[in-house]
Amino acid sequence: MSTGFALDAGLVLDAGLAALVLAVAVGAIVAGTAFAAVVGFVTYGLLLALVWVRLAAVDVALTEAAIGSGVTGAVLIAAAARLRPAEARSAAERPGVPLRLAAAVLSALVAAGLAMLVLLPSAPAPSLGPAAAVHLPELAIGNPVTAVLLAYRAIDTLLEKIVLLLALLGVWSLAPDRFWGGAPGQPHAAQQDGALALLARLLPPVGIVVGVYILWVGAVAPGGAFQGGAILAAMWILVMIAGLRDAPATGGRRVRLLLVVGPAVFLAVGLAGFVVADGFLAYPASYAKPLIIAIEVVLTLSIAVILGLLASGPPGRERQR
Amino acid sequence: MAEFLVGAAGFVLAMVALGLVRLLRGPADADRLMAAQLLGSGGIATLLLLAGGAGVPAAVDAALTLALLAAFASVAFVRSAPGADPAEPDSTEPR
Amino acid sequence: MRQVLDIFTVAAVSAGALFFLVGTVGLLRFPDPLTRLHALTKADNLGLGLVVLGLLPQAEGFLAGVKLVAVWLLAQLAGATVTQLVARAVRRGGPPA
Repeated sequence: MSTGFALDAGLVLDAGLAALVLAVAVGAIVAGTAFAAVVGFVTYGLLLALVWVRLAAVDVALTEAAIGSGVTGAVLIAAAARLRPAEARSAAERPGVPLRLAAAVLSALVAAGLAMLVLLPSAPAPSLGPAAAVHLPELAIGNPVTAVLLAYRAIDTLLEKIVLLLALLGVWSLAPDRFWGGAPGQPHAAQQDGALALLARLLPPVGIVVGVYILWVGAVAPGGAFQGGAILAAMWILVMIAGLRDAPATGGRRVRLLLVVGPAVFLAVGLAGFVVADGFLAYPASYAKPLIIAIEVVLTLSIAVILGLLASGPPGRERQR
Repeated sequence: MAEFLVGAAGFVLAMVALGLVRLLRGPADADRLMAAQLLGSGGIATLLLLAGGAGVPAAVDAALTLALLAAFASVAFVRSAPGADPAEPDSTEPR
Repeated sequence: MRQVLDIFTVAAVSAGALFFLVGTVGLLRFPDPLTRLHALTKADNLGLGLVVLGLLPQAEGFLAGVKLVAVWLLAQLAGATVTQLVARAVRRGGPPA
């Protein structure tokens, strides 16, 4: 009897959550100002984290929580603030009928495609899960998500990190030539006291521990390099926003080294696979776990620095030599 | 116990969701931010209750992450609000 | 013993949920941003605090309990900072619209 009720409570919760996600999504779209839309979007991300937990995908929930309420939230809110002066003007311009029609048709097609996939599932749903699970014990990694990301899908994971680097290059390329290699933007005014400075001093030590914990626990439970790196990046951004530390020059040798060390080590281990294992990105059987953990650690460092610099924006000062 | 915790999670979520009316109505940006902040706290509570009630212990880690970053949106808002800090140039444009 | 702890959990979690109700009502009904901020902190501090308190007897082991308390402490720190920052921003913005 009690399990029946638990099921019902869970169903009610899920239905309410789904309705809420839809309502917040619509609210963010129809919001009057960019700021309202951004706050709606951050809220939407938080609700998605809850949805992922309900779908038993806690790894994704952690990613959503770490990146959505940290780095992207800060970037979007700063962007909304910068857009404010031009907002009245851009709100007055309405896109033409063809553009709006095209957007509507495209959205309807995507929605119809998704609805078809959900409503007409092929039975049984195709899955590589069982086949993948057979070999996971050889890796000695308790968290199947981490194991799949760094073994079967290692090349995807590697390329994802390189895409992050490319995104950073894209942001940097917005800077005028004379600022290349300089520090991003203007320094934030230092706050020696007050609530923000206190938070920026108290939180990072705790946050670094939490970030390392999330990275470490990723071997056996939900967590991993990206989530840990996103938390570390958020702590760094907090210190920069409070003006306690200025952003580093983007041309500095240490910064550049930290940016590439993760993907470089990953690539080196992958190439070594040709010699010591079966091929590119293959791990020698007895060293799989230590290698995966080593890759995760350096990837975390690189991800943290990349995300922190992405949030800082393009170089805006001449390089001091 | 599990069913009670899941039910409580649903109740807390429903409560803070009602607060989201402030997100739509405002009137000031600070009010929208408060609604998001309330949903953040409620979301943390919901995750903790679900971790106990639905048997997903790792949800506590997600709650930990949310709690760690709970102040982030407000900090970004305050630092980029108009007139937040006259000494602080609010732009990355070259001088 | 188990039953006493379970009753404690139900009582504390219910009280916490009630504070979330109170916080929401305050956020929706209070007339200006500063008083609404006041309502918000009740949900932050007491609502989450009582939920954590209620979940402690259900925690699997000492360390799981410590983690729950850490979540609450972090939310406290965030809540206190946010209240200060937002209140200052509201005051700077002049009388509320």
